[in-house]
Amino acid sequence: MCGIVGIYLKNSKYELSLGSFLADMLNSMEGRGPDSAGFAIYSKEIKNYYKYSICLNKLSENDFGLRAKEYFDNHKIYKHSDHIVLETTEEPEKALTILEKNFAEFSIVGYGKSINIFKQTGNPKDVVKNFQLSSFSGSHGIGHTRMATESLVTTEGSHPYSTAEDECLVHNGSLSNHNNIRRILIKEGGKFKSDNDTEVAAGYISNKIFKGNDLETTLKDSLKYLDGFYTFIAGNKDGIALLRDEIACKPAVVAENEDYVAIASEFQAMAHLPDINEAKIFEPEPGIVYSWGN
Amino acid sequence: MGQLMELDLKKISLREINNTLQSLDISQEDQNFTITNPEGCHALCVGIKQEININIEGHVGYYCAGMNKEANIKINGSAGTGVAENMMSGTVSISGNVSQSAGASAHGGLLYVNGDASSRCGISLKGADIVVGGSVGHMSAFMAQSGSLLVCGDAGDALGDSLYEADIYVRGKVKSLGVDCIEKEIRKKDTDKIMDLLSKCKIEDINPDEFKRFGSERKLYNFDIDNISNY
Repeated sequence: MCGIVGIYLKNSKYELSLGSFLADMLNSMEGRGPDSAGFAIYSKEIKNYYKYSICLNKLSENDFGLRAKEYFDNHKIYKHSDHIVLETTEEPEKALTILEKNFAEFSIVGYGKSINIFKQTGNPKDVVKNFQLSSFSGSHGIGHTRMATESLVTTEGSHPYSTAEDECLVHNGSLSNHNNIRRILIKEGGKFKSDNDTEVAAGYISNKIFKGNDLETTLKDSLKYLDGFYTFIAGNKDGIALLRDEIACKPAVVAENEDYVAIASEFQAMAHLPDINEAKIFEPEPGIVYSWGN
Repeated sequence: MGQLMELDLKKISLREINNTLQSLDISQEDQNFTITNPEGCHALCVGIKQEININIEGHVGYYCAGMNKEANIKINGSAGTGVAENMMSGTVSISGNVSQSAGASAHGGLLYVNGDASSRCGISLKGADIVVGGSVGHMSAFMAQSGSLLVCGDAGDALGDSLYEADIYVRGKVKSLGVDCIEKEIRKKDTDKIMDLLSKCKIEDINPDEFKRFGSERKLYNFDIDNISNY
């Protein structure tokens, strides 16, 4: 099972409502994934600032804050449920090394200039409430409700997976060759935090993009390398992209009008979006990359 | 004809609506219904066994009008997986697009999709007629046994794979044919059938001569060791 959702706004009309749109979408996908939920929402960049989303792992904001003072000169910390967002001018290469070395009990969920990414175990409705998703604004976002079929029900096992700056991925399905791909990617310097198949797919995409490919070409190529059943929604700071494997057992429906594009596992997830009854509704074709963005 | 009765899914539960429609005494009660606010709910109007008319205003989820018998159901919107699956008789029509497995295993009646149908349309078809105004996705009419699938647009990969005795008519391009499915000549009775289906669906701007017929080559009916690579 699992439920996936994504929304991309074509103009600024609904920017302030993006969080509440995504919240309604995730809430209605509760039945497809009651174990855990997560989301990534992309908002305006603040010049020279990076956001590091970090799960506190039952430690307190204070535990993090005290130590952060030692390592980060210019920073702010915002608490969101059991996560904090560390906002700093420190660039990822250095910041990640500091975090990995000196903040090992905390988990880095994702980072970037535009991305806000949070995930948690528990009922999606609670997760949405805990992170006050409705209060977020932005230009696009993706989300996931999980019904675990492999790897544990933990924060590390939850989606979205973010394996590079401002990149993230949600997945409905299962990959059969992820162990092999993981080994290949580790040899090339990739790092993985879980046994989850989707993390490997996210790592694969980040690896290809790092080598200079664009998201659309990377997804197209993944048809050859990633074996299994999947509907993927990938996000980066420019927009979102969608891919279904060529057999297309895993559902997806797209709604598009002049203001937005919404993707979901089931139509129910977008029934509450404005003007939805007049939107163009279609099932995306298998093996075709759809992308929307700047 | 009785009055038009409105059933609002915001006010009445799905189960109540289905129960009401399944257990009507049509000699006494309304026969015309409008269902509002479906909001993509699943299994709406399943298992109806009487000649009643239902208009659904909005998009529906999975298995809408499944097992339909005699009822005429119009969906003014799009439909999810398995619309009219296992239909026995009656008509189901959809103004928009539908997801995969539309009309799966349908035994009788008419399913009309004004837009596109996704993959596996008419899978295991057992006697119903399916008309698609747009195109169909891959593996359509897979193992279809009886009935017909008329496609006014294009067909995806592996059309009619492992086909039995259903007829497939396609007006546009066929991306590829499935195993044991071949193009066949159009007979008089095929032209009549195409004209009949187009007329039932009120499709007037299409010339019946533009369709090609596809049917079973009948090589996979019985197990034959020489065909082992095809199974």
